[in-house]
Amino acid sequence: MKLKLTFFALVTLGLLSYALYMALVVAPTEATMGDVQRIFYYHVPSAWMAFLCFFINAIASIWYLAKRSQTADAIAVSAAEVGVVFCTIVLLTGPIWARPVWGIWWTWDARLTSTLVLWLIYIAYLILRRFSTSGRAPVLAATLAVFGFFDVPFVYLSIRIFRTQHPQPVIAGGEGSGLDPTMAKAFLWNMIAFTFYGLLVMWMRYRLELAERSIEEAHAEKALQEGA
Amino acid sequence: MIKYMWAAYIVTWLVHLGYLGFLTSKASKIRKEAEELRRN
Repeated sequence: MKLKLTFFALVTLGLLSYALYMALVVAPTEATMGDVQRIFYYHVPSAWMAFLCFFINAIASIWYLAKRSQTADAIAVSAAEVGVVFCTIVLLTGPIWARPVWGIWWTWDARLTSTLVLWLIYIAYLILRRFSTSGRAPVLAATLAVFGFFDVPFVYLSIRIFRTQHPQPVIAGGEGSGLDPTMAKAFLWNMIAFTFYGLLVMWMRYRLELAERSIEEAHAEKALQEGA
Repeated sequence: MIKYMWAAYIVTWLVHLGYLGFLTSKASKIRKEAEELRRN
């Protein structure tokens, strides 16, 4: 298992390095925004990874609600935590990109607001998991996760449904949308690299969750033995 | 303009490294607890 993890980590490190090279060196400078447009190569893959993590969390939560599987619960909490990390990056890199391009750090348009709401939903989920003393916390958290996931398609579609300050989709955005082929290549490498990295971190977090639970069980067993 | 680009890239990796640091400290805490359990 450790060998597999090391191999996966090395492949991910290679991919991230190559993706960074593609984003900073190979991809051409965008005509209107200049170098600041290169934030796109980190901002969009981070958003994609956040969506993927929240999707995994929703599926695992449904699995947990149906079967009360501890594996599903461990996957759900790991995916939510990693998703929050990526969503935080989206909420930080977005304003850094917006300031030089729009002249403002933040605006309450549908895309930005729904992304902030998404982040708050999963922060609430993690707080519930961490601080609730009720034995029903995993069930409540799983229910929150299933309903919370409905914000993900809303975030994705918000720029298509509403008129927003946030730009219209560059990829699959209909007529006039699309990327320069070299930019598309750099973008694709970053998507692959961040997907590998996100899955690697999720795997590490999942293994830690399992280890933590087995220690809690061992403590409980020991307390029972001492009490008997 | 380029300073904003660097800021975004640095912030991204600071968040990731911070999270990796959190996972590492959690792992060492778990390892310590497991050793303690084994000893007792």
